[in-house]
Amino acid sequence: MKKWDFSDIQTWNWKQVPEGGIIPDTGTAEEYNTGSWRSLRPVFDPEKCTNCLNCFIFCPDAAIRVEDGKMVGFDYFHCKGCGICANQCNFDAIKMVPQQSANRGENA
Amino acid sequence: MTRTVAVVGTDAAAEAMRQINPDVVPVYPITPQTAIVEKFADFVADGDVHTHMINVESEHSAMSAAIGASAAGARVMTCTASQGLALMFEELYVASGLRLPIVMTNVNRSLSAPINIHCDHGDSMGARDSGWIQIFSENAQEVYDNILQSIKIAEHADVHLPAMVMMDGFIISHAIDRVEYLDDSLTQKFIGEYTPQYSLLNAENPVSMGNFDGLGGFFFELKRQQEAAMVNAKRVIRQIGAEYKDISGRSYDFFSVYKTEDADAVILSAGSSCGTVREVVDVMRAEGKKIGAIKLRSFRPFPAEELAQELSRFKALAILDRSAAFAGDLGGPIFIETRSAFYERENHPLMSNYVYGLGGRDLDPSMIRKAGEEMLQAITNGKVPQIVNYLGLRD
Repeated sequence: MKKWDFSDIQTWNWKQVPEGGIIPDTGTAEEYNTGSWRSLRPVFDPEKCTNCLNCFIFCPDAAIRVEDGKMVGFDYFHCKGCGICANQCNFDAIKMVPQQSANRGENA
Repeated sequence: MTRTVAVVGTDAAAEAMRQINPDVVPVYPITPQTAIVEKFADFVADGDVHTHMINVESEHSAMSAAIGASAAGARVMTCTASQGLALMFEELYVASGLRLPIVMTNVNRSLSAPINIHCDHGDSMGARDSGWIQIFSENAQEVYDNILQSIKIAEHADVHLPAMVMMDGFIISHAIDRVEYLDDSLTQKFIGEYTPQYSLLNAENPVSMGNFDGLGGFFFELKRQQEAAMVNAKRVIRQIGAEYKDISGRSYDFFSVYKTEDADAVILSAGSSCGTVREVVDVMRAEGKKIGAIKLRSFRPFPAEELAQELSRFKALAILDRSAAFAGDLGGPIFIETRSAFYERENHPLMSNYVYGLGGRDLDPSMIRKAGEEMLQAITNGKVPQIVNYLGLRD
């Protein structure tokens, strides 16, 4: 449960900012949309996936979603599109496509 | 119980540290401060304090470790001088930006080049924009008193800024003087416990410090907060000064005056030179000359309003600086800032800067006398002979 309410942060004047730039809460990275930084986006083919979970192990941002020991997809809110997962997959189950074409609804 | 001793300035600083009993002291030696931490190391070895003392590999590391320890909730102190202060330059800004109440003794020593280990205010003046509180001490007693007060000033809820206490290198640090030490339990009661609102080791209230604050962020706002804290520090310095007077009998404020009530000309200075200035004032007063002295204690925050209020009634003011600002023969920092303090006022004294003592060059009473006489003469002439003068320079 988040203690620090910064929903109106864009309206804060200098007196309202926490002293010394301290962030008085934990896990705030969860709300930071680092996924917006992507220029390449990972897409995976479940047919080729063997659930070895190499992608999960190597992802630097914990952006591989796993349920019941099975690879189910990507956390696109946080995935920065580094491509390590695609690089590490031994079964060509992941490929990187341009984020722009994904934005247009292609390569879903 | 109170003890009166004959000790060198570094001993007085070490004793204040012993009574404060800080949690962490990361330190690197440099002349002329080393004797402080050597003495303190004895206290640590003897178990007189519970301090975790860390011998680091450089002053940059000393301040880095101080920041880490302070962020973790420890009461932290260290000491340095000259090149050491310069080496920790980037970390000074980190300490003040993170609003950590680290207290450091800086023994004023010249900055190379050329290499010179003697008294000069250039080191601490170089850090005047770093956001640290800067308090000058005239003698060993003031060193002891200022260090104790600085803990409370720095840790005050309305301040939360690091503070450095200055003493003149060799002149005060290495000379024996009479000092009155307060009782241990009295000082401990005065200092109190350090209870930071946030700390990195507080698992119940976990926080993140030192985060990146980018283009859409709040860097500007956080700096504005630091300015506000410095303004608050003025009030707190006075408040702590009054509290300290209650336990010690000694008064402390932004500055103190000597024989200024009916003075026409006044000499303003900071550090050990203030004692010599008072001697000269006494000699000149005995000759019927209306001269007085002002000792500046708080340089950061700079008491512009209070100084201008106090000084505007005098006809001439000689300002002594023990450092050069290299603005192009325009005077030293105390002169530049004091002069600026008068800008809005209709009345201000004739002012002249007397730069002295660089690299430990001795300040002779006759030099101070020359400054005093020139200011008295300037009143008659209606102007000063020179805006910037150099006392003791081979010219």
